[in-house]
Amino acid sequence: MDPYKIREDFPILKRKINNNPLIYFDNAATTQKPKQVIDAINEFYRNHNANVHRGVHTLSQEASELYEDAHEEVAKFINADSMEEIVFVRGTTEAINLVAYAWGLWNLKKGDEVLVTLMEHHSNIVPWELLSRINGFKVKYADVNDDGTLNYEAFENAISNKTRIVCLPQVSNVTGVVNDVKKIVKMAHEHDSLVLVDGAQSVPHLPVDVKDLDVDFLAFSGHKMLGPTGIGVLYAKREILESMEPFHGGGEMIKDVTFNTVTRRCSISWNDLPWKFEAGTPHICGGVGLMAAVRYLENIGMENVRLHEKMLTGYALRRMQELEKIKIYGPRDASSKCGIIPFGIAGLSSHDVALFLDHYGVMIRSGLHCAQPLHEKFKLKSSARASFYIYNTREEIDRFVEVLKEIE
Amino acid sequence: MGVIEDYVARIEETCGEEKDFIVIFKYERKDEAVTKILRKAKIKKSISRIIFELTFQNFSFRLYGTGKAIFRNLKDKSELKRLLANLLS
Repeated sequence: MDPYKIREDFPILKRKINNNPLIYFDNAATTQKPKQVIDAINEFYRNHNANVHRGVHTLSQEASELYEDAHEEVAKFINADSMEEIVFVRGTTEAINLVAYAWGLWNLKKGDEVLVTLMEHHSNIVPWELLSRINGFKVKYADVNDDGTLNYEAFENAISNKTRIVCLPQVSNVTGVVNDVKKIVKMAHEHDSLVLVDGAQSVPHLPVDVKDLDVDFLAFSGHKMLGPTGIGVLYAKREILESMEPFHGGGEMIKDVTFNTVTRRCSISWNDLPWKFEAGTPHICGGVGLMAAVRYLENIGMENVRLHEKMLTGYALRRMQELEKIKIYGPRDASSKCGIIPFGIAGLSSHDVALFLDHYGVMIRSGLHCAQPLHEKFKLKSSARASFYIYNTREEIDRFVEVLKEIE
Repeated sequence: MGVIEDYVARIEETCGEEKDFIVIFKYERKDEAVTKILRKAKIKKSISRIIFELTFQNFSFRLYGTGKAIFRNLKDKSELKRLLANLLS
């Protein structure tokens, strides 16, 4: 893949910030959008906009087909069996909440355990902690090693026959560490526990095959993989989705609502999958934009995306170690992680570092990255985080290191 | 607090144990705001004329040439607003 050619598809990368060329290293927060995605959204609103399903007119048929095609495209992208296993949601957070409330609320009880890790994004902690207040189950935290990798031994020891669901990120949003999901799935399934994988930082960056991983749930966001904000995906095995209660109630997710004049109650039957979980008018153009993003990534090839990011990460790690006052957190081996590098500079807060880089047009994130427990484990008040994607180049890393040298 | 509305676009509160306030000045008035603040506060240190470490009324804070400032160890937002009003008036 040629990142210089790819860059031509991203209008925003031509911008200057404070008279410097924009260097966008905040891809773990959100990615920039290629013109193919922008054009797909534009084209939808210009020529095909209508509400989906149960409309007989031409535009509604077109919108429905596009929206369903988007589900098909995503299913193919992660090797799901069919689009019935693909539920469109607002993002990873909503996908996890869907599992918590449509599965957990009905299946977890006092005495049960939900096992998460200390490297979790808050979105895979808070829904379970909230639900545990209602249902009384216990949320257990598997430890991570000092280098930020998952402690598999601790994980194995923490799983028991009380564990009903295991939740983990495939890739940490702080360190970029890639977890061995297959290994965890095997451990969990041996204890009849389900597995929910937060794929927000993995699906955009590596080939993900839900059948190969054998995960029960996979959650990810469109905007972190070139798509628009407000659209995300929950993959779940068909039989699990069929056994689950709906998340939200309303139009679209029902087949029939019939009023019984004797009991004066309504009896309701749910719609087919995946619509049972997509109440109300969905984010149709978000789905269309996500389809364009998936097609864009498929054209590049996810193996190529992974290789490019590994090259960039390895190069950045080497160059950053030239700096005297820098401390890089997490593993320094590019093959064990995705393109995320958390770091600190002695004497400066992460926000100072980010604002200094911003002066030179380099965008990075600073703070806790919604992963406070992991920062507490590292005894850090916050961290600066550079994260790469398909349009980033070695020259941008050189510039980034030059600016960091100036701050030192 | 009219002077704050004149110059400040947003105030971001960081999460975590130590709450920082990041003040982002309005793009079209950022240079004016930076000049006013540099005139009123005492410069302790400057890095490449990009980051200024300043003190004002016994509070330390950092000001950026790009029109942003970080205030730390403040009691709350109202204390921040009082300081900003004095710095920008």
